[in-house]
Amino acid sequence: MCLGIPARIIAIKDAALGSAVAETDGVRREINLAMLVIQDTPLESLIGRWVLLHVGFAMAVIDEQQAMASLALLKEADDE
Amino acid sequence: MAEADCITLAHGAGGRASEELIQQVFINAFGQHNSTPLQDCAALDIAELSVPGSRLAFTTDSFVVSPLTFPGGDIGKLAVCGTVNDLAVSGATPMYLSVGFILEEGLPMAELKSIVQSMARTAKQANVAIVTGDTKVVSKGQVDKIFINTSGVGVIPPGIKVQSNLAKKGDVILLNGFIGDHGAAVMLARQELGFEANLASDCAPLNALIAKILQVCPDISVMRDATRGGVGTVLSEIAKASQVTIALDEARLPIRRETQAICELLGMDPLFFANEGLAVFIVAEKHSAVVLAVMQNDEFGQNACQIGLVTDSGEDLFYINNTFGSKRMIELPYGIQLPRIC
Amino acid sequence: MNDQFTSQAFRDPALVSQLVTQINKLASAVAKRLARPVQVMEVCGGHTHAIFHSGINQLLNKDLEFIHGPGCPVCVLPTEAIDQAAFVAQQPDTILTSFGDVLRVPGSEGSLQQIKAKGADIRVLYSPFDAIELAQTNPDKQVVFFAIGFDTTMPSIAFTILEAKRRKLANIKFLCFHIRLLPTLTTLLDKGEVKLDGFVGPGHVSIVLGTKVYTPIAQKYHKPLVIAGFEPVDFLQAVLQLLLQLQQGRCEIENAYTRVVSEHGNLAAQNAMKRVFENSVISWRGMGNIPHSVGSLKADYALFDASKGLAQRPAGRQEPSYCAQVLIGKRKPDQCPYFRKTCNPENPLGALMVSSEGACAAYHKYKQSSPQAVQQEAPADG
Repeated sequence: MCLGIPARIIAIKDAALGSAVAETDGVRREINLAMLVIQDTPLESLIGRWVLLHVGFAMAVIDEQQAMASLALLKEADDE
Repeated sequence: MAEADCITLAHGAGGRASEELIQQVFINAFGQHNSTPLQDCAALDIAELSVPGSRLAFTTDSFVVSPLTFPGGDIGKLAVCGTVNDLAVSGATPMYLSVGFILEEGLPMAELKSIVQSMARTAKQANVAIVTGDTKVVSKGQVDKIFINTSGVGVIPPGIKVQSNLAKKGDVILLNGFIGDHGAAVMLARQELGFEANLASDCAPLNALIAKILQVCPDISVMRDATRGGVGTVLSEIAKASQVTIALDEARLPIRRETQAICELLGMDPLFFANEGLAVFIVAEKHSAVVLAVMQNDEFGQNACQIGLVTDSGEDLFYINNTFGSKRMIELPYGIQLPRIC
Repeated sequence: MNDQFTSQAFRDPALVSQLVTQINKLASAVAKRLARPVQVMEVCGGHTHAIFHSGINQLLNKDLEFIHGPGCPVCVLPTEAIDQAAFVAQQPDTILTSFGDVLRVPGSEGSLQQIKAKGADIRVLYSPFDAIELAQTNPDKQVVFFAIGFDTTMPSIAFTILEAKRRKLANIKFLCFHIRLLPTLTTLLDKGEVKLDGFVGPGHVSIVLGTKVYTPIAQKYHKPLVIAGFEPVDFLQAVLQLLLQLQQGRCEIENAYTRVVSEHGNLAAQNAMKRVFENSVISWRGMGNIPHSVGSLKADYALFDASKGLAQRPAGRQEPSYCAQVLIGKRKPDQCPYFRKTCNPENPLGALMVSSEGACAAYHKYKQSSPQAVQQEAPADG
């Protein structure tokens, strides 16, 4: 239920099937992008993006700006 | 007579086919001990044993790994290194190995030859001789292609006493390389979970490295080969045998990023992954710098480092000091680690 | 490539230390007002595991107490689920596939691992999608995927079923035992047996469901809930936000995992689940009846439903009632008289000791102890 790991999409294998190759720290696997399919948006646009991987499916694209913002807020709070 | 292209039951029957197999495959690769005609056993003249105080070291190990070949090695290389290393970590100079094969009917001869040649190369590298052996062939399906047993003898010189229960408070814990590479590489090579990475088994004979260590530190407390159960199992056993507290430093554990990533993806712990070229060394603090230097100068110790300390004696405890300042207790897993979703 | 925001950043010891200091201060203030420790339930078994694995509990003071919730899909699996999977695995020409977590859960006639040892073809897969390729390369076998999990895992099962149908596969089926997070939470709250001040919400379930669905927890049940990720910084940030709410008298649903959790969740995932899964009431271990559970597929997918035709055999195995109490946080693992004595990972009496997320397994592995741990002998009866 909970083991979700960030991985980066490095290639689209079969756009019709929604399969892609993702990589994290040198480990690669074929994964499924069915949950990320948005109408009229080509899957290729996801190449280079980080996703949260759970049992071989990309659950969400990681919003890098949100991540940086969360960390920045925390670091600011430390200065207070 | 034309060579068969695969193993058949005839090769295990003891007749001409067996003899041809022994000559053309095994003797061809391993050489004939002392150039004597084949006997039922090898007669060994071990001069070193006549030195007062020296002891014979004797060990055995069986190898059933699948797949037979994987990045960094194969079952043959494993079979030699495993036994050589068991002898070496006991303080012995490994000398002679036996090899017992159980072959599955239908095993391609080319595959067997490749494994046997790998064993011969590894034996040469480790400076040991394979002097006797046995072959059985069973019907298809009764073994998974090939199972190998190797037994080995070596001599422990006088004055060397290395045992699991000699760790003392204040001792330093060293490793000669990265944790978990073999277990991770073999798991990937099985291709049951779909992952790929540039990971190779660390399979290697460590006797030369260990000989150098014993030269600078003959009274080393503990040396253990961290094979099947991993570094975690070995340290847990040492803590129990010596009745000491072992504390590791999480930040100092040498784990390749690929091995770490596999473990995170599958919810496993590299501390309990198998290694085949990794030993745990527990040395008195005053010797640790020189031992580390010796290790780092050796082909199989370039990534050697200190991973923790024996912090107390009297009770067996084993934990990791993590980067947050907490102590994570380490407990032996019951069986094999399984990938998890949670 | 900027990967500074990946896992490592959310494990930063300096940030952890800073958050711990803030939490301890705030927890003490709130506890003082309440005249007792603040009680926070982390719903998800993955969070329970994260707390102990990172040792966060050692850094927080006693003014904050974690109540371990029932969000462990393996722990709540009824014995019948294992028995049905075992039955399927022992059919001729069948390959049973599953996640690794369930292999050691005890069933009436042994765990799946024991059934495997007796000769059944049982294989662990990382992804349910791998079952499709397995079915295609083994046309003479029936491949059955034993599908468990909360809402995090359900979409992956649903998409796999959709793909199996699209490829018109004739030799793949799914044996489903899914439990949904929200009905679990509301059932727990309706029981009123556990006192708690707020929830740390499950981060990955929330990727699927979104944050809006939790509104009743705040509005009807008056419990604040903060959705958390699984890295130490994520978890602590959520705990801090929860404490702030308690201090300020707020009762809201907050999202502390904004980099992946949105308000409406993942619509593709929600739609796939709606197409494929049939809702029913299932009785779960420790929880009893939970509505909107999934034990079968919609009529359009009947061909892929392994539950069809399976006799509903009553469970033979009774586990001690303490399992149920630990599961809903009423009792700590070491307050169970069997803990470590007759119940341990080698010989688990219930799933909480077997599952890596189970509170009992976590306590055993990380050698935790509660203030009121049981010291006396276990009772003689079962």
